[in-house]
Parts: sequence; C-alpha cells; structure tokens
Amino acid sequence: MRLELVPRRDVPAAARILAPVAALVASILIGGVVIALMGRSPAAALDVYFIQPLTEGWALQEIAVKATPLLLIAIGLSFCFRANLWNIGAEGQFVMGALVGSILPLVTAGTDAGPWVLPAALLMGALGGLLYALIPALLRVAFGVSEILTSLMLVYVADLTLDYLVRGPWRDPKGFNFPQTVNFDAMLPYLAEGGRLHAGLLFGPIAVLVAWFVVQRTLFGFGVRVSGESPKAARFAGFNPDRLVVAAFCISGAMAGLAGIVEVTGQIGQLKPGISVGYGFTAITVAFLGRLHPVGMLFGALVVALTVIGGESAQIALKLPLDLTRTFQGILLMCVLAADALVSYRVRVVTTARA
Amino acid sequence: MTREEAGGSPAGDAPLVALRGIVKRFGDLTANDHVDLDVRPGEIHALLGENGAGKSTLVKILFGLLQPNEGEIIWQGRRVTLDNPEDAADLGIGMVFQHFSLFENLTVAENIAVALPRGESLRDLDKRIAEVGARYGLALDPGRPVWTLSAGERQRIEIVRALLREPRLLILDEPTSVLTPQEADTLFVTLDRLAAGGCGLLYITHRLEEVKRLCQRATVMRAGKVVAACDPRVESVSRLASLMVGSEVVEVRPAPAHAAGPVRFELRDLSLAPTEAHGIPLAGVSLAVRGGEIVGIAGVAGNGQSELFAAMSGEVEAETQEAVRIDGQPVGRMGIDRRRRRNAAFVPEERNGHAAAPRFTLSENIVLSLHATSGVARRGLVNGAMARQLAAAVIKAFDVRKGGADPMAGTLSGGNLQKFVVGREILREPGVLVVNQPTWGVDAGAAATIRQALIDLAARGAAVVVISQDLDEIFAIADRIAVIHDGRLSAAHPAREIGREQIGLLMAGSGEGHAHAA
Repeated sequence: MRLELVPRRDVPAAARILAPVAALVASILIGGVVIALMGRSPAAALDVYFIQPLTEGWALQEIAVKATPLLLIAIGLSFCFRANLWNIGAEGQFVMGALVGSILPLVTAGTDAGPWVLPAALLMGALGGLLYALIPALLRVAFGVSEILTSLMLVYVADLTLDYLVRGPWRDPKGFNFPQTVNFDAMLPYLAEGGRLHAGLLFGPIAVLVAWFVVQRTLFGFGVRVSGESPKAARFAGFNPDRLVVAAFCISGAMAGLAGIVEVTGQIGQLKPGISVGYGFTAITVAFLGRLHPVGMLFGALVVALTVIGGESAQIALKLPLDLTRTFQGILLMCVLAADALVSYRVRVVTTARA
Repeated sequence: MTREEAGGSPAGDAPLVALRGIVKRFGDLTANDHVDLDVRPGEIHALLGENGAGKSTLVKILFGLLQPNEGEIIWQGRRVTLDNPEDAADLGIGMVFQHFSLFENLTVAENIAVALPRGESLRDLDKRIAEVGARYGLALDPGRPVWTLSAGERQRIEIVRALLREPRLLILDEPTSVLTPQEADTLFVTLDRLAAGGCGLLYITHRLEEVKRLCQRATVMRAGKVVAACDPRVESVSRLASLMVGSEVVEVRPAPAHAAGPVRFELRDLSLAPTEAHGIPLAGVSLAVRGGEIVGIAGVAGNGQSELFAAMSGEVEAETQEAVRIDGQPVGRMGIDRRRRRNAAFVPEERNGHAAAPRFTLSENIVLSLHATSGVARRGLVNGAMARQLAAAVIKAFDVRKGGADPMAGTLSGGNLQKFVVGREILREPGVLVVNQPTWGVDAGAAATIRQALIDLAARGAAVVVISQDLDEIFAIADRIAVIHDGRLSAAHPAREIGREQIGLLMAGSGEGHAHAA
C-alpha cells in the first residue's frame, strides 16, 4: 500500500485562507496531548499559553516586541520562498546584521556623537545582513551550489563570529569578564514613557505595506512570483533568473539584518551571545503560517509571538520546559505545511495487490 | 507456447480483450462515456480520435493506470480488474508510450533491465535483446548509452522492453509522432510481424493514412464516446476524418496573392552550444525569412527545435550580435525583451509553464510577454486594468472559451489556452513571429483558427517562422520548408517544389548537404 497525492482541480479561496487556522487548531490539540502525557492539565496550559497573555497589558506589549523581528524576517524570507529559493539562513543574517550594525554604536559609545549614529547603525545592520545573504546567492548563481546548505551552514559561522567578538576584541573591559560589549548610547526611543514599545516596532507595519505593494503591483514582484511558479515562463518573460536570485536574497538578508540591529538597539542595548532566540528559524514558520502574504504574516508573527510569551509564563506557572514551546512551534510548522498540502492535493490510497 | 498456437489462427473471432461500458469521470468531465471496444488476437486495431477524445484515458484504464468508474474489462472471456500496470503486464498486456521513459545516461540494456520484473535473470539479457530484435526487425546495440540514440531507436527500446515480457496484447500510443516517414515504415514492418505472430495490437493515432495502411479494424472516438467502428481499408480518408472531427474538416483559406517583401528575420551561421545536459548544439544555422512569407521548419522531435527556438527568441543569446537580425538590425546578443521591442514576437512549444504560467490569471499572463512592449508595465509598475483590457481583446479576437472573468491559465482547455498565447502575440501585429509547435495537442477547430491567423499575419507583411513536427501542418501553411536535423538546418525549399519523400530523407539526416544560406 502506498499513498499518492492527487492535485485538486478547484480549491475554494476560503479553504486556502482557513488552512492555517485549521493547522493552528490541530497543533493546539497535538500540543494538548503532549502536555497531558507530561501529566499536566491541557486546559490550564491552554489558559497560560493562549489566554492569559491576551488579557494583560504588559504581555500584549511583549507580544508586539517579540513579533517585530519575526515579522521583518518573514517578510524578507517570503521573497525568497515565492521565488522557490530556500534561504534557511535568516538566523545567520540576523546575527550578522546585529553585528555589523553594532560597529558604529560601539565605536561611539561614551562619546557625544550626534543623533546620526542610530540611523547609520540601522542602515549598516541591513547592509550586513544583505552582504551575508549575498554569499549563498552568488555561490548558487556562479557554481550552482545548493542555497539550502550554504545559507544554513553560514548560521553557525555567524554565531561563532559573534561569540568570538564578544569574548575577544569587543568585550567590555569593565564587564567582569562576561562575554558582552559595553552598553550602547544609540538606542531606539520608546514610543511611550514607561512602556516596552520601542520605535523599531514601526518597521513592521511599514514593511507589510511596502512588501504588499512590491509583490502585487510592481514588475519586479511579478518576476519573483513567476520565477517561483514556472521558471521557464519567467525566462520567456525576459526576467534574468540569476538577477532574481540575487535580488531575492538581498531583500531577505537586508530584512533579517534590520531585524537584528533593531533587536539590539531596541531592547538588548549591547551585543552578547544569544541575542537571537532562533528568530531566523521561527520566522520560517511565520512565513508559511501567513501563506507568504504580508498581512497573513503579520497575523502569523503575532500568533507565534503569543506562543513564545505563553511559553515563558508556562515555565514559571506550570514548570513546563522551554523546549515544549520550541516543540510546539515545530508542530505548528508541520501542521501548516500539511494543511497546505491537503488543501492543494487529495490523498489517494493505492493498494498494490501483487500476485 | 500460446504464441505459436494463436499464430496458427490469426484474427480469430474470440476477442483477446473486451471493454464493456467503460465510464471514467474527472470531476465534471466525462472522459470516457460507456465505451465498448474489443481487440482480437492477430489484428491491428486502430483507436482513432482527436486530441482530447478520450483515447489515452481508455488505454490507461486498459493498462491499469486508471480505474474506471463503471464498466468491465474482459480478458479472454474472464472478467478482470487491473489495479496497476503490473496486473496488466501479468495478464500479458504491454504498452509503448508516446513519451519515452528512458534514463539518458544508462545503456540500452540497462534501460531494459530496470523495466523487467523483479527476480528475472539479467545474465542472458544481451542475447535476448538480440533475439527479439532479429525476430521483429528491431536493431539495437545493447551497450550504447541512450542519449546517443535517435527517437526511432529509443522507441525500439520501449518496444523491446514490452516484447521481452511476451505480451498477448500490445498497446501503442501515437507511435509515429516522433518518427521520420522512413522510420515509421520500419516500425510498420515490425508491427505486421507481431500481428502475424498472433499478438493483438491496439494502435492509437490520429493519422489516417497510417490507419488505412496498417489496420484491419478501427474504432473512432469523439468527446469520450465511440462514434463509429469500421474497416478503415474500405473507408476514405476524408470519411474517417469527418467521423473523428464530427463535421467536415475545416480547411485554411490561402492568403490572397501578395508579393514577398524584404528580409525581416535572418539567422547567419548561428552556432550555439547547448545550455542543458544532452541538449543539441546548433551548428551553422542560416535562414532568411521575408516579410509576407511563412517558413516551416520540419524535423523529428529532439533535433534541436527547442534550442533553435531559444536562439531565435533570445531566451538564449547568440555568441555574436551578427548571428541574428531583425529587420536588418543585428540582435544576436540581445535578450528576448529587446528583440520584442524591435517588433518580434515568440510563442514557445509548451503552453503550460513556458508560454503561460498555469497558476496565474489570463491578465497576469498578458503581463508575462507584453510588459516590455505595451503599457501594462510602466516604470516598473504593473497596470492591472490595462492587462485585463488586453486579455479581453485577445479573448474576443480569438474566441477563447473560459470560465469566470479572469481565470487561471491552467484551467483553460489546451486549444483555448493555445489560442490565447498565440493571439496574445498576433494582436500586437509583430513584424516577425516565431512559433514552435503552434497546434500541438489542440482540437481541429482551434488548430484551424491558429493556422488561419498565421497565414493572415504573413499576408499583412510579417515574416513568420513555424517550427512543427506535423508535416501536414507545414504543407498546409508554409511557403518554404526547411528541415532541422541534429542541430543543422537544411536550405529552405519552396513548398510546391519539395515532396514528402525528400523531406523525410532530410529529417533522417541524409540527402543534400546542410547549411546552405537560404
């Protein structure tokens, strides 16, 4: 016996939109079973994970703060994914953006350099991510190297580079030997006094609008979509496939880099190991949860950020491990992909009765 | 030893296989509507019908690839169910597909070995291939890698594969579509020998001359139903054609007399290395097409047609600017969009995935090929309203039947999508049009519309190049005919002065020398 996927002829638009919702429900059910097997009450966990964060002001702010890097990275990734390019190294581009973006704030820390430092740092952060994403793009265009492997492996290079810098040349001499830099002066301002919402959050909605416009209204966005859908048609349309590969990776890398430097100048305030808690990987889930649509990804980022905050509360309230949150995010991605497949294809059971 | 026994009484009346009331539905489409068919041992039975008539669906059911919704299959008087091709092969049903499934980098023997049932010994395989080859006239060198073989030789591998399992019934799906006329003659000898040996043959085609020559009985399908069963030897070709099409065959109107203008499209000693593995290098291709004429490029599939199309369109750029000229201007180093801006237009062979993106709407597919030459994209922005207007104009001018206001291209039938992708280019009034396989796999009505549009475009002064494997089509519309073989193009001969025989020789790579300037 084997299973075959048969393409469905007509898929109602509603089914496509509801698929991620169904996937979310399914993963909550699976998560509930896991929690029950761990001997805890699934109902209590559901309350802590999904309900409580939505009822408390500080948690809502925290969701927005966590959702921002996820959203920025996912929007960048969507350009790659739409063009059928598998950039799974956004985590590395995030770290590289944070690292390159931090050069100016580090150099100017403790001096009275003007307000130009912050915008320059943001630009350099985006540039750092962009250049780092250019490596897998150029390797693919020039030598046909799989971007999946190179982009993933470069994540570890970025992580170890960061590790080296904060333990070596960039270590704060007055930091009691902790692996961290000095605190930056150039920080994104808070949107409201005493809150957690910093100005970097504004990049999220702006990115949603710009991405929507580029994908739907520009010839470049059209080219990205066509080249993912049918590469030969894209060539027939006159789009240079190599140029599209490079452009998609540049956008993706720049967005991840921007997310990295926003995270550093928005809330952490210094470089240290573990500035990313896997945002670059989690953003892949966000991208698919949002069906690669900018507005969809906005919701996707908020939902996933909710699980992160809920997961932190669950550690405290229910003594559930952090790994459970990561497991849940993995289950969610699997369910989203499965739901997409089931919406587009019908499963047929083929029985092979051999004589 | 059943083969020999059956051989004693060929064309016995007891059917080898009988299909009774076969119904197969795909969603709303009924591909087979209560189809009856039987094949006797020792006969060559033609299954006739246009593309989309339901022939392929029916034989896929007979070969166990599809399961019918209703009806039964009776094999030698016994009702059977065929869940998969292995069941069919176990009974003794073999099939030679239209599209080959061969591994290019493996040898002939290796390709045959992978298709043998599990557990079969490979020790004497070369000897067995030689034996079958000698008995049926299927010459093959077991040690040759497949990528060095011609289409005719590749087809022999498929036939030998089927014959090694000693089938009682052999199904052949459009076997001559990739052969030269001479290769087809060799195939017919093989098929006659097989039938004389008692094997029943089901021969699927839409080529009527072949049927008259080869087959003792014919079943004609149209729109999923059997519309006639007859003896093709006593029917006229035009009667068979009208049975197939359901009305008198539409002939194209010749263009009103018009003088050929200056040369508008020219290839000068164009040579190009292939961009894909096992692609065909183009060698010294020269061709000059005048305004007002249609030049047909005939040839067996896989002789460099797609490479030639890519070089003409600019999807692959030439090595020198001089190798390609549009209206006297060298454009060899220019990409497809810059050639379009010089008023050239192109229609590639595959409509789904090359000429059109199947999951994009029709108006988006307007943007696909017209963004460089019309206002649908200005300063990098797409004008959706204008694209929809242009799509509507193409749909109206070419009578494209579709569901919904702006449906996805992939939801259109083959004929309608082909009318759309050809019409999209013709409505621009290009000065040069290059079309690869303009009517492959489309119904007769759509084919006539498309061919007429090409003739009319040339009559208005455009230079038209039609690459086609369909000799009937080329003779119907071309003023001059050139033949492509192994990446080389023959001189273009006036269509009235060259016969099928001579074209057949050129298609097989013999005959006059190549690479004359036309």
